[in-house]
Amino acid sequence: MPRYLSLVKIDEATAPAEGPSPELMQRMGELIEEVTKAGVMLDTAGLTPSAQGVRAHWEGGKISLTDGPFTESKEVVGGYALMQCKDMAEAIEWTKRFLKVHEEHWTVTCEVREIAEG
Amino acid sequence: MEQQPASDPSTAPDPRAASDPRAASDSRGAPDPRVARPPDPRAAIETVFRLESPRVIAAVARVVRDVGIAEELAQDALVAALEQWPRDGVPDNPGAWLTATARHRAVDLVRRRENYARKLQEIGRGLDPAAPPEEPADPDAIDDDLLRLVFTACHPVLSAEARIALTLRLLGGLSTPEIARAFLVPEPTVAQRIVRAKKTLATRNIAFEVPYGPDREARLGSVLDVIYLIFNEGYAATAGDDWLRPALCEDALRLARQLAALMPKEPEVHGLVSLLEFQASRTAARTAPDGRPVLLRDQDRRRWNRMLVARGIAALDRAGAVATGAPGPYALQAAVAACHAHAHTYEDTDWRAIATLYGLLAARTPSPVVELNRAVAVSMADGPGPALEIVDRLVAEPTLRDYHLLPSVRGDLLLRLGRTAEAKAEFERAAELTGNERERELLRARADECRPH
Repeated sequence: MPRYLSLVKIDEATAPAEGPSPELMQRMGELIEEVTKAGVMLDTAGLTPSAQGVRAHWEGGKISLTDGPFTESKEVVGGYALMQCKDMAEAIEWTKRFLKVHEEHWTVTCEVREIAEG
Repeated sequence: MEQQPASDPSTAPDPRAASDPRAASDSRGAPDPRVARPPDPRAAIETVFRLESPRVIAAVARVVRDVGIAEELAQDALVAALEQWPRDGVPDNPGAWLTATARHRAVDLVRRRENYARKLQEIGRGLDPAAPPEEPADPDAIDDDLLRLVFTACHPVLSAEARIALTLRLLGGLSTPEIARAFLVPEPTVAQRIVRAKKTLATRNIAFEVPYGPDREARLGSVLDVIYLIFNEGYAATAGDDWLRPALCEDALRLARQLAALMPKEPEVHGLVSLLEFQASRTAARTAPDGRPVLLRDQDRRRWNRMLVARGIAALDRAGAVATGAPGPYALQAAVAACHAHAHTYEDTDWRAIATLYGLLAARTPSPVVELNRAVAVSMADGPGPALEIVDRLVAEPTLRDYHLLPSVRGDLLLRLGRTAEAKAEFERAAELTGNERERELLRARADECRPH
């Protein structure tokens, strides 16, 4: 059964400043419990704001470091979920359920990628 | 993929994005409208059904008290979904929709039967004359139903093959052809196993319940054994050309993790999860690029999956944390696997600890196979001589007469003692006995390497 990484991307500029509502956190907790109970969730977490992040870049044989926030990108990774699923269709189904937990004023993109095994 | 009309309003892309070119140009990082597509409703429904079917079957089985009928009613709910969802849209909570639809039919069925029974002035076989139970309101009730389904599918009145097939079908969401492919048996054989198993459960009036009485431990043992057998069939395929059939391992691992979530206070469930996580962590290292099996001692340990190792350690800790007595057989085997996971090389392994753990395991569940494993650990801790003494006591064991690992281990010990001619004969015998083609090649190669110095 392949593993899938769902990279959760948000627009930090438009995301609610007060963070997720208690209701959202409640629904998210229930969903994570459900996905874990299904034997699917291997690991999941949210990330601290990109302001606390650093980009390390390798180009032309040189390393450059850039401190966050990464304002030049509209969307930045805000969290991830590592799931073990039967196929991509199942990974997408769980991802849809993750998205539906959010209120309508959120804009969230999940990039679902299969992990190369071996 | 074929473009279908959007059926799920919550996930369908904004229709403006596809028609308004500005939408594409002004949004850096937003989904590219050229690749944004509505989900294929049929495939999405089938995926949802596969995920939800164990819960649907479990909830319905509590009403009709028959897993065969419950499965049929769940299938009816799928048919209804395939008709309605593409037309009306996917409901917000598709699992609840499927369960409610199937349960509605179940209640109808029970009422019809009760009327019929009343007319006949008798109660139908095994049917509870009371009104069907209320719909469970909270997720815990559904969890209880799922557990009942687990214990029913793994009931000791069924043969091991039947338990495996029924568990994969009802709880793993596998189709009959998928089970047949996984076990390399003809589809009608699996179909018949499942039909017979359901019939046995019905005619023997097996209660749809979680055992809490004195038989609980044995019944739980049966459940854990079924999951372990499924895992092992994928991990060391007893027949066929492939050394590993990873899909079965994954199905078993997922079932074990689900069970641990349903029974968090059972140490042996965590023990089984831990054992499977550790074993699965070695999957990539167990097969060479050409498909040959790679034995533990020769494995490139950098290829062990560290995340699965960490999960194995965490599950073993949980087993210890909830344990009230001495560790059970799965926790002990997991502890052995943990010794391997902690070792950087085969030689660096704490073989004395492993020999002790196998001694505890043999005391708890005496078995010549465990004794054989203990012999391997003793050979590493104390040398091949003392180990050969243990193995030689097993040669007369009737249950090991056709077990290929006995001559394989014995051959290895003899080789280390310099008794190459005897070693060669043992490897050749092991090669004859194994049912796995890849393993046979490996054993023949070992026999060929046995040349007198």
